[in-house]
Amino acid sequence: MEMNNKLTPPERLDLIRDKDRPTVRDYIPMIFDEFIELHGDRYYGDDRAIIGGLASIKGIPVTLIAEVKGRNLNENKESNFAMPHPEGYRKALRLAKQAEKFHRPVICFIDTPGAFCGVEAENRGQGEAIARNIMEFMTLKTPVISVVLGEGGSGGALALGVCDKLAVLENSIYSVISPRGFASILWKDGGREREAASIMKITAEDMLELGVAEEIISEPFGGAQNDPSETAENISEFLLKTLKEKMAIDIDVLLNERYTKFRKIGEFEEQ
Amino acid sequence: MLEDLLDVVKLRFNVNSASDAEKDGEKDEKKENPVEIPKDLAFKCPRCLNMIMTDELVKNLKVCPECGYHSRISSEERLNLTIDKGSFIEFDKDMVSKNPIDFPGYDVKQSELREKTSLKDAVITGECKIRGIRCVIGIMDSRYMMASMGSVVGEKITRAFEYGAEHKLPVIMFTASGGARMQEGIVSLMQMAKTSGAVAKLSEARQLYIAVMTDPTTGGVTASFASLGDIIIAEPKVVIGFAGRRVIEGTIKQRLPDDFQTSEFMLEHGFVDIIAERKTMRRTLAHILKLNGYKPAEEV
Repeated sequence: MEMNNKLTPPERLDLIRDKDRPTVRDYIPMIFDEFIELHGDRYYGDDRAIIGGLASIKGIPVTLIAEVKGRNLNENKESNFAMPHPEGYRKALRLAKQAEKFHRPVICFIDTPGAFCGVEAENRGQGEAIARNIMEFMTLKTPVISVVLGEGGSGGALALGVCDKLAVLENSIYSVISPRGFASILWKDGGREREAASIMKITAEDMLELGVAEEIISEPFGGAQNDPSETAENISEFLLKTLKEKMAIDIDVLLNERYTKFRKIGEFEEQ
Repeated sequence: MLEDLLDVVKLRFNVNSASDAEKDGEKDEKKENPVEIPKDLAFKCPRCLNMIMTDELVKNLKVCPECGYHSRISSEERLNLTIDKGSFIEFDKDMVSKNPIDFPGYDVKQSELREKTSLKDAVITGECKIRGIRCVIGIMDSRYMMASMGSVVGEKITRAFEYGAEHKLPVIMFTASGGARMQEGIVSLMQMAKTSGAVAKLSEARQLYIAVMTDPTTGGVTASFASLGDIIIAEPKVVIGFAGRRVIEGTIKQRLPDDFQTSEFMLEHGFVDIIAERKTMRRTLAHILKLNGYKPAEEV
């Protein structure tokens, strides 16, 4: 894959925050033949920061789960700027379990600054909700494919990121915490986020190198917003190829490979 | 998430108005205490702000006699309080972290901390006996980078769960953490997946996992293995939560009540099974193990 004119991490930060960058709402009609949204976690409510439901891609039925960025202020208000509450993660898990039951693969689109940090989120167990998703997705007996569309921020992203194959769009980032949060924790100065972005190793190439992601999906020159339909085609191509690959693998083998994929990440030595 | 625990704690200890919340905690402390008391002589309880003489605190297992706050103790102290004497066989004693994202100064910081604490990283794991019952134990130590989870913490905890699964032993994890270790970037985030996956392995092997949340259990550790115990115990009055208190206060622009994100708060909201005092912890663990069918090992 040829990728010229690579942007620096801070430039990518600007790009993924561009108001014209396509969101999952743009991609769904371009990638899927059908989509029927299903609502609610059955415990508390329906979190609009995560949407999910039944979809089909070139005739293959899948369960789709996606973090939703808004394209304008109203949409962002509705989707809480893609920062889910516990009920969002619990809805995701409910739909994933349903997919497992009916032998449908799960496709997750990740695009979040992070899980919401608020009183209500704590009251309803944000930590538990994310932990539960991570554990359950690890043993979910159906293929799981995740794609980072823009921003993959911390545990809020990982809750949809335990999968058999992770792809990241060329300019998207994936990080332990947002660069702003990183700067504010380590240097007590959130204003140094561009500097943080530069040293945190958050780019698509970094993810490949660190064994976090398996594939980079290329974006048109200048970024996804310059040609959303081309980007959608690239995503679609990746999904179809990966669906075929993962659906052909015996489920026990698949689960074993999924465990191993995460199991081997970590850099240490034993003296 | 993953808020620096120091900030959480500083804020919690800050009795001034919300407007002072952003100021540095140490400065506030100086204002309140013009008379310097040698650190090793007295302990200022972060919950009730009373000064406690150190010998009195130690006699009380480092629990504040005024308010019952269970202060932080070292992994060694915890081990001595919990397990049968001489029964500990440590795992992965010499594992040390590399610098996966080449974070400036990380190596130096680690060498200094290793020197200062004689720990290699923020968790010790091993096999032990509690009232004769064999089990796997892990204890996080907040003295080492606020027990943040990087490669070593993630790997050792994962191996401990895998050992439990393989040898059909229950696992007890004493959790304490500021969250993911920032200096290891995305690699530390992945430790959440690794450890949670290992909990699932133990579960598939039908072995018991007891999580004991101690001060402070937050961020990525709360959002992974700490919250996944079959049974979750918490020490009284400790901090348990996901997001940093300061982050939330910044968002809502007001001060949160003192009991927000405490053991008692978590019990009330349904995320903790039992609050157990330090002096009864060993007994509580032994009882739970026994009721789950684990028996004392034959004496050799």
